[in-house]
Amino acid sequence: MRNDRHTKTTKVEIKNLYKIFGAQPEEMLPYVRDGMTKAELMETHQHVLGLNDINVEVKEGDITVMMGLSGSGKSTLIRHLNRLIDPTAGEVRVDGEDILAYDEDQLRELRRHKMSMVFQNFALLPHRTVLDNTAMALTVRGHQRADYEDDARAWLARVGLGGSEDQYPHQLSGGMQQRVGLARALASNAPIMLMDEAFSALDPLIRTDMQDLLLELQEELSKTVIFISHDLDEALKLADHLVILKDGYVVQQDEPQKILLEPADDYIVDFISDINRARVLRVRSVMRGPSEGRGTVTGEIGPEETLENVIAKSGGEPSASFVVVQDGRQVGVLDMDDLMRALVPTGASESGMRSRRASA
Amino acid sequence: MATYDWLFSSLGLDGWCGASGGSAPTSLSDLAGQSRGGEAAAPTIWELPFPSMDALNDSCQAFPQSRELTLGLERGFLNVKDALSFVLDPITQPLSWALDSALYGILNTPWWIVIPILLAITWLVSRSWGLLAFVAVSILGLAFIDHYAYAMQTLAIIFVCAAICVAIGVPIGIAMSRSDSMQNATIPVLDMLQTLPPFVYLIPLIFLFSVTEPKLYGIAIILYAIVPVIRLTNLGIRMVDKSVIEAADAFGMTDRQKLFGVQVPLALPNIMAGVNQTIMMSLAMVVIASLVSAPGLGVLVLRGIRNLELGVGLVAGLGIVLLAVILDRTTKASLARINATHKA
Repeated sequence: MRNDRHTKTTKVEIKNLYKIFGAQPEEMLPYVRDGMTKAELMETHQHVLGLNDINVEVKEGDITVMMGLSGSGKSTLIRHLNRLIDPTAGEVRVDGEDILAYDEDQLRELRRHKMSMVFQNFALLPHRTVLDNTAMALTVRGHQRADYEDDARAWLARVGLGGSEDQYPHQLSGGMQQRVGLARALASNAPIMLMDEAFSALDPLIRTDMQDLLLELQEELSKTVIFISHDLDEALKLADHLVILKDGYVVQQDEPQKILLEPADDYIVDFISDINRARVLRVRSVMRGPSEGRGTVTGEIGPEETLENVIAKSGGEPSASFVVVQDGRQVGVLDMDDLMRALVPTGASESGMRSRRASA
Repeated sequence: MATYDWLFSSLGLDGWCGASGGSAPTSLSDLAGQSRGGEAAAPTIWELPFPSMDALNDSCQAFPQSRELTLGLERGFLNVKDALSFVLDPITQPLSWALDSALYGILNTPWWIVIPILLAITWLVSRSWGLLAFVAVSILGLAFIDHYAYAMQTLAIIFVCAAICVAIGVPIGIAMSRSDSMQNATIPVLDMLQTLPPFVYLIPLIFLFSVTEPKLYGIAIILYAIVPVIRLTNLGIRMVDKSVIEAADAFGMTDRQKLFGVQVPLALPNIMAGVNQTIMMSLAMVVIASLVSAPGLGVLVLRGIRNLELGVGLVAGLGIVLLAVILDRTTKASLARINATHKA
């Protein structure tokens, strides 16, 4: 299910997208196209390079995570998808339609019916009750209270907020407010959900809860989720497709497993050097073909299990060997020594920022 | 000879000034010089007058005196006055009707109906027993010392004028918040209205309307008191959390939905603070407006000044203070109630 990217339909497509902030963005475009970097553009022309030639395909039903440190342009990028920000150049296609050509009415239709959004700082309406906030997308479309009340109540219950309908946002904790934000996005019934650092403002424990909730809901609803994050653990946990941004350009995009096993450059290597690989890597990424087993088989495992699970199953026995079974069919084998090899960290690169910081 | 004769002769303007330049004794020192027989002593550099209109007129009769400026303004105003009042009179007539009927209504309704209504309004907006008791004691006290009618006239004028200020000021504030050029154009006008001494804009109004018409003081009060509600509406809407606006956009709200569903409700605490200020400023102006026949407690204050009736003036002044405290506390209490539901 997770590695069939080419068979899925493309829901949102971003093509050669550029965004430059400043007085004359158009005139800066040729410099950027000729390879001027963000720092150089700032130095010589006092314009901020927000996005630099972004190309991303978002597949239907996937969680696509765009990850980067602050200033990498990730929040700018997600705001291009519903045109809260207009690009300097490039294309954004939703269901094959160029949304940059939309007029105001078409754009409003897109925002009302095709996309919903969850914000980092919740952005709830403080003067409306939780129930009315949840139904915001529905009231905007002109529904009356009688139409939306049951729907909104159901969504609130689904995110674990049954009983808080008549409270005001300021009476809720941050985690609960973001549940309202999530319920509001879900209640709109839009197929695409944009999440801008949705869980970044929450405590670590509550953040984990919310991530689990999102995955659980995703299992049920199969929305096309575009998730912005600066937290690699969160990105690896949620992503079907991971896009790593730096200074406004895409450094690497792929399935998280792939990025972990084949980092494209030193920047990524630095990024992933802190990660608990056993928790992220899955059996299917490191197993051998079905006929290549060498040891005596000690058990059966599934291809989607994490290596951490496999280690637990092996009980720490170094000579253990597992058959990988999917739908009753043997698809591969996994020996403990292969597993150990996959866990060897890539290590911080010599020229990377980590080693620089250590020597400084 | 005046100081700046040389200026006009060097420019060859003697003919324009008239040959008599300097011979007519126009200033006191010239007269004194003449009576002493002979030219006044030439002024030293320490006495050099600034080349103002009057000083230049000394040297050249044809040059206008500064009095001409104010006279010209006056004549100009008198010339357009008829046309102006032809336009303004019908437009502002409803204000006269509103003030007349409010005054008539409040004075001809028995006190045992008016006072409970006022107390009920206080209770509705504040929900505070303490404030209700304070308002009751104040109004009954004023009535007991026979200031009831005066106080009610003042209140009626304030209610009408403040309501009109809100009805006009809030839309102007909204327009300012939506367009920077509108804001840049309006702010100097607001600054002027706020800093112009209140007496000054009574003057053209007296020319335009008859002093017996209520709209004369109505306009004066509105012009003076409308500023804070405009300013704070603009500020309140501009200060609405950007992320909430972004959310409203992201869910496809129309401009109208955004304005009435998000911006105005979230700006309400600021707008209410503006209304409070507007009411306070109408109260200040209603006293000055008694100079142009506005009825109410201000009339008593004016009587106190004119006839040096110390007691009358002081009691009426204290009555105004009481009204101010009542109005301020009541609007602040409603503001506090709005704030309680608006915590972010």
